[in-house]
Amino acid sequence: MPERIVVPFGPQHPVLPEPIHLDLVLEDETVVEAIPSIGYIHRGLERLIEKREFTEYVYVAERICGICSFMHALCYCQGIEEIMKIEVPDRAKYLRTIWSECSRLHSHLLWLGLFADGMGFENLFMRSWQLRESVLDVLEDTTGGRVIQGTCKVGGVRRDIGAEKLDEMHRALDPFEEQCRELGDIFLNDDTVKYRLQGLGVISKDEAYALGAVGPTARASGVAMDHRETGYAAYGDLGFKPVVETAGDCYARCAVRVKEIYASINLIRQAIDQMPEGPLDVKVKGTPDGEYFSRVEQPRGEVIHYLKGNGSKHLSRARIRTPTLANIPPLVKMLPGAQLADVPVVVLSIDPCISCTER
Amino acid sequence: MGIFQMTKTVLRNLFGGPATRQYPAVPARTSSLTRGHVAFEPSTCRSCGICSRRCPCEAIHLDKEAKVWEINRMRCIACGDCVEGCPFGSITMEQTYLPPVVEHVVERYTITYVKPEKPAKKPAEESTGA
Repeated sequence: MPERIVVPFGPQHPVLPEPIHLDLVLEDETVVEAIPSIGYIHRGLERLIEKREFTEYVYVAERICGICSFMHALCYCQGIEEIMKIEVPDRAKYLRTIWSECSRLHSHLLWLGLFADGMGFENLFMRSWQLRESVLDVLEDTTGGRVIQGTCKVGGVRRDIGAEKLDEMHRALDPFEEQCRELGDIFLNDDTVKYRLQGLGVISKDEAYALGAVGPTARASGVAMDHRETGYAAYGDLGFKPVVETAGDCYARCAVRVKEIYASINLIRQAIDQMPEGPLDVKVKGTPDGEYFSRVEQPRGEVIHYLKGNGSKHLSRARIRTPTLANIPPLVKMLPGAQLADVPVVVLSIDPCISCTER
Repeated sequence: MGIFQMTKTVLRNLFGGPATRQYPAVPARTSSLTRGHVAFEPSTCRSCGICSRRCPCEAIHLDKEAKVWEINRMRCIACGDCVEGCPFGSITMEQTYLPPVVEHVVERYTITYVKPEKPAKKPAEESTGA
C-alpha cells in the first residue's frame, strides 16, 4: 500500500481567488480524502441586521456577494415583502427578472472563463470575459453599477428601463446569442476540453440529492431542481424549464452552465416582449413583524434568506445560506479518485463563492 | 473535427483589433447612470438633513448650527440614496470615480445658502375713516 501524505490546498493558491482550504490526503498522486475548512473571511453581515434599518439592509445584502449581488438583494426584498404583505407591481417583477438573468449571464460567463483558465485554456478564458463585458455594459447602462446594481428595494425597484433601451437590448440579444453559442460550442465540442473534463469528479443523482447539492451541481447529476420553476418574480409567466444533464461529471456541470446561458438569453427576450406598463414600486408602510424563508435561484444554486422581524425598524435575526455552502459536501464526495492536478478543475466545477458563503 | 473548434475564434482574434481600450489614453466607459461619486453644491443646500438621515452607512454628517456638511468618502458606498432624497437638488451623482487616496480625509463644505429675505409685508392699510 502506498504511503499516504497530506497536501494542504489553499487558502491562497494560484488557481482559485477564493480562500477555501482543503487538506488533500493523497496516495501517490491520487486523492483519497479531502477535508475542507472555511472561515478565513467572515465579515459578520448577518449580525449587522440589528444595526441597520430593514430598508437599509438591502445595501448590505447586495454586498454579500460581488457576482450575484442583485439576487441577494432580490431574495432579501422578497422576504420582507412577504412578511409585510406587500404586493410588488408587475413591471418591477419583470425588471427584477431581467436584471437577475443579466446577473446569471455575467456570472456564468465569468465562471466559464475561470474554468477555462483552471484547465489551462487561456484563450477561451479571455473570450468568455470579453463576452461578459458586454453584459456588464448593459447592467451599467440600466442600473448605474457594473456589479453592485443597487436597484432593488423593498416594495419594487428604484430605476426603470426606458422603452428605447429595452428595444436596444432586444436587438443586441440576437448577435450576443450567436457569440455565446460560438463560445458554448467550444466548451461542449472541443476535444481538449472533453478529454480534460469527461469522467472527472463524478457524483451520482442519488448522492447529489442526499448530500443536498443545489443549482448546476445538482442539475448536472440529473436532479431537476431549479427554484425559478416556482415562479417568483416574473418567472411564472415566462414558461421556464430547468436545464438538466445526467452524467454528473465536470463536463456535465460545464454543459449545464453553457445551456443556462442560452436559457437566460431566452428569458430576457421573453421578459422584454411581455414587459407590462405600470408603476415601479409601492410605498412601504409599517415595520416587518413575522418570519419568512425567502428562496431565490442564484447562478450557483438556491440561496436562502431567513428573516425574522419583531415589529421594530430593525430585524431581530437574519440567516443566509448561500449555495456554495450546500455544494461543499458534494465537492468532498467528488474529489476522492481525482488526480492532484485535476483538483483545481473539480473544485472550480461547483463554482465556489467562498466570500459569499462566509458572509 | 473536435480539435479545430477554436480555430475560427483564434483567426478572428489574430486579425481583429484589440478588444480592450488603451485605458489612460482612452477614458473608461461610463453611462449617464454610472454611480461614480457624490457631489455637493453648498449654495443651494437648506440644511434639511434628509441626506444624513437617509444615508445607510452614516457617511454624511450635517451640523445645522455651524452650517457644515461633511462626507466621509471612505464610508460612502455611492448608493445614490441621498441624491434621490435631496429635495433641493444640492446633491448630484457624478460619473467619474474618485482617485485612490492614502489618507483618511473627511470632506467638509460650508453651506453658503442664504435664505432669501421675504418681501416685507405691506403695512396694513389704515382705515381711512380714522
